[in-house]
Amino acid sequence: MHELSIVMNIVEIANDEVLKHHAQKVEMIDLEIGELSGIDFDAFDFAWSAVVHATILQHAERKMHRVEGKSICGTCGHHFRLFQLYEPCPLCGEVFNDIISGQELKVKQMILS
Amino acid sequence: MCATCGCGTGTVHFERPDVSQLHLANQRQPVHEHFPKQKTIVEVERDILEKNNRLAERLKGFFEARNMFVLNLVSAPGSGKTTLLEKTLQALNGTVACAVIEGDQQTTNDADRIKKTNTPVVQINTGKGCHLDAEMIYNSLKILEPVNNSILFIENVGNLVCPAMFDLGENKRVIVISVTEGDDKPAKYPDMFQSADLCIINKTDLLPYVNFDMESCKVYARKVNPAIKFIELSATTGTGLTDWLTWLRSPANYHTTIQDNNTYLANRSSGNTVNMVTDNMHAIL
Repeated sequence: MHELSIVMNIVEIANDEVLKHHAQKVEMIDLEIGELSGIDFDAFDFAWSAVVHATILQHAERKMHRVEGKSICGTCGHHFRLFQLYEPCPLCGEVFNDIISGQELKVKQMILS
Repeated sequence: MCATCGCGTGTVHFERPDVSQLHLANQRQPVHEHFPKQKTIVEVERDILEKNNRLAERLKGFFEARNMFVLNLVSAPGSGKTTLLEKTLQALNGTVACAVIEGDQQTTNDADRIKKTNTPVVQINTGKGCHLDAEMIYNSLKILEPVNNSILFIENVGNLVCPAMFDLGENKRVIVISVTEGDDKPAKYPDMFQSADLCIINKTDLLPYVNFDMESCKVYARKVNPAIKFIELSATTGTGLTDWLTWLRSPANYHTTIQDNNTYLANRSSGNTVNMVTDNMHAIL
């Protein structure tokens, strides 16, 4: 359940931005979370509902960008979609891959009022 | 002109010379309200783990300045981290200064065991937490006060999922698995194996009694992390422990080199240029 600390970190970032912009309320928060970032999306939803209660994010609309895992094969240079960290290149079967997306864990945008 | 809707508020003035300006000011309160309230769109673009990562970077600086070698030991519960640590500390037996940070949900059992080896130790009880984070290490270091040129072992909470995401500022991440756990562990918990530098396969003395395929375990782990290294050992019987001690003493593992304090001071005062690698090996061996 590290998702719990992840959500707590998001609340902290939201508080910080609200103070910085002298806002009162968070209308929307847009997150970018990679499919290979180590986040379980169901656990994340559960943690979200448990944590945001009585925080600045309680009434905020939550948007989530799920970023697909993508990789470049270190041997043949083939670009491919990666579903698991240990998947080999579908063309040459090598495991030396360079993950180019899917490990994001970011607060992208917020609408404050 | 009003910046929000373009209406003329603020450009038209009404004044009555016979009424005080204060009263007039009160009458000139906002004539209209704009839609809900002004909304601000903020491009935040902040990493959710930035607080932990920033603190971990500070810890790295602290460790480097103190010439420390820091290991983050991760594993599932019961794979033998604490026993391995006990044997390691006994084997090093004062040849190099060591310190330990123990992480568990509850109890000081592990710290009590480490204390018996006369090594400075701090126990972190995370309560409901499932992993250690950089802030816990930061707070522990203030109590632990590790000395220069030492090795710090951080024994993480037994968990192969959550600790993977949290950088503690360590130099190397060591994952411990035991042969009783099943050889497909690396495939089941790829995040942890991906971030580890060394994999210790413990309890090899039990190999005759369990269905554990050493080679297939390594193949699984290398699929996730082609650069990972392996050491097979049994902390209980001591088989293979020398490989681990050799790895610990290997200069390649140090960002700088660990020397004992006397050698360090002697070299510094004499102003000699020394062969750091040989010197380091000598100091620790």
